[in-house]
Amino acid sequence: MTTPHATPRATTEGTVYTVTGGDWDEIVENAAASDDERIIVNMGPQHPSTHGVLRLILEIDGETVTEARCGIGYLHTGIEKNLEFRSWTQGTTFVTRMDYLTPFFNETAYCLGVEKLLGIEDQIPDRATVLRVLLMELNRLSSHLVCIATGGMELGATTIMIYGFRDRELVLDLFELITGLRMNHAFVRPGGLAQDLPPGAVDQLREFVKTMKKNLPEYDALATGNPIFKARMQDVGYLDLTGCMALGATGPILRSAGLPHDLRKTDPYCGYETYDFEVPTADSCDAYGRFLIRLEEMRQSLRIIEQCIDRLEPGPVMVADKKIAWPAQLALGPDGLGNSLDHIKKIMGTSMEALIHHFKLVTEGFRVPVGQAYTAVESPKGELGVHVVSDGGTRPYRVHFRDPSFTNLQAMAAMCEGGQVADVIVAVASIDPVMGGVDR
Amino acid sequence: MSDEHNGSSVPAPRDEHGEVIGVRRGMFGANNGGDTSGYGGLVRTVALPGASSRPYGGWFDEVADELEGALEEQGLVPENAIEKTVVDRDELTFHIAREHLVNVAKTLRDDPALRFELCTGVSGVHFPGDKGRELHAVYHLRSLTHGRLIRVEVSTPDEDRHLPSLVPVYPTNDWHEREAYDFFGLVFDGHPALTRIMMPDDWQGFPQRKDYPLGGIPVEYKGAQIPAPDQRRSYS
Repeated sequence: MTTPHATPRATTEGTVYTVTGGDWDEIVENAAASDDERIIVNMGPQHPSTHGVLRLILEIDGETVTEARCGIGYLHTGIEKNLEFRSWTQGTTFVTRMDYLTPFFNETAYCLGVEKLLGIEDQIPDRATVLRVLLMELNRLSSHLVCIATGGMELGATTIMIYGFRDRELVLDLFELITGLRMNHAFVRPGGLAQDLPPGAVDQLREFVKTMKKNLPEYDALATGNPIFKARMQDVGYLDLTGCMALGATGPILRSAGLPHDLRKTDPYCGYETYDFEVPTADSCDAYGRFLIRLEEMRQSLRIIEQCIDRLEPGPVMVADKKIAWPAQLALGPDGLGNSLDHIKKIMGTSMEALIHHFKLVTEGFRVPVGQAYTAVESPKGELGVHVVSDGGTRPYRVHFRDPSFTNLQAMAAMCEGGQVADVIVAVASIDPVMGGVDR
Repeated sequence: MSDEHNGSSVPAPRDEHGEVIGVRRGMFGANNGGDTSGYGGLVRTVALPGASSRPYGGWFDEVADELEGALEEQGLVPENAIEKTVVDRDELTFHIAREHLVNVAKTLRDDPALRFELCTGVSGVHFPGDKGRELHAVYHLRSLTHGRLIRVEVSTPDEDRHLPSLVPVYPTNDWHEREAYDFFGLVFDGHPALTRIMMPDDWQGFPQRKDYPLGGIPVEYKGAQIPAPDQRRSYS
């Protein structure tokens, strides 16, 4: 007798069950009745614990995973191809959607690449660079919070989930205040930023730092010493330094193997060499070590945010070159944020030249000299590299993102094979893959 | 003349001609109708930065010397393996002949003075105008020991899109090479399982090649028809 949820089908490869939940016992009974101990489980692509649409193909023998493979591509949206049909500035609207949990890292890495091609790295105003660092560090907090929250939820620790999303919400509120959007900001633009901080933002930022300093120890109290949490995390998802280097794993995975490699220190960009912070490492090579590293990185991010706030000096946030600077004079209108009516009045009514300039820059964009550049930033997941190629036109010729989630996810097989089925979820969560970045 | 280029602050001189990848005609993307702007007859050659001559500046010379020396030790002629060396925008690029790619990568990884331990994957670029070298595979190698980053570029003709796989040297390139195969049709010989990774297994064509259309449909916005992105005016 079978329920409609788990109808067996005989195929040439063996019996196939489609499992939708609540009927695992029946599968086990049926499998026990047959003489084949080996089961291939297709986890996903729609399982809630798979961080988007990741498909895991596991060959299991009893409770042991003998082989593990990933099926990816379910979230491929052709962003890299689409970029080739938009202007350089429009590119930020696309790249921000790649790894949707780290939008500011995608935008900054892309803009640093474009600026390198343009040769204007030295002309980016200080205030814009400080604000980029500030936004990236806030973003590191929100990304790590999601990782810890969902990782906890996958263990059944829903309190961590509630805590994580509660604090992430505070970061998203700041993003909304500063950029107008909670996600997909397109706020960092080639040459600087779309606009300056709104009034009152600095006070809210200080308030946020104060709140987070109170909230972060709660994760320690709740999870760090928790014996159940440790039992589930320690020695799970093991990948040592050799494995990390061979598989190209970066970010918390590499640092959990004891190597303090962080691009902010080893290949600084955006003036990171002038900030005072530490790169935490662990030597346990496991999921627990990665959890501790993420917690510590959040504390370090708060330190950097405080330094950013102290450094903010009044000034422009866009490069002075009017042939590159997007003529965005944004203002809040009755129908939301848009071009400032004063700016439109000026270019439409009084300055024909300004109108032509605005029109040309918005429709045609600027030309970027021929060549290629590679820029990389340390995203919360690891090295986020951008390879930008220009043929001298107003559109990118080719943009390739080396997304850390994509590379790190390759390590899934090495971390899971030989372990238990239940540990697969913990190992994948410790990689912190985001399929928007993996599939692009 | 040569003295001018010896200071380390002076960028390495470049071959002015470079690698021609196409010709740009006219301006403003107006290809049909009369030449009202007067710019219609404009012809400009599009050339990628050409080979640089020594000194390259900074640590670039050291890396180039070490690589050439190490290749000589292996009994290879460096000029055969390294087609050209380009220094552009503070980045060092070695253009490597594809038959020597694995050897060069192994040397870059293992030589104590080079130690490029981390490969950040491969990025394909399609230059239909670069005759005989239409497809480029671009690798970025990072040395954690020395804190350096270099670029290795390999090109193949469109008719023969084969190049050796770097998976035996850098296992991380497994998925990256599958991605480059999926999008550009580059065949990495020796890859353990070169299958599509993003597109469905039965997909026809290689989407990121320049001869593959973007596709899309026109949309209506506030009463006007907005053409699909690849049908809109492009500015030459």
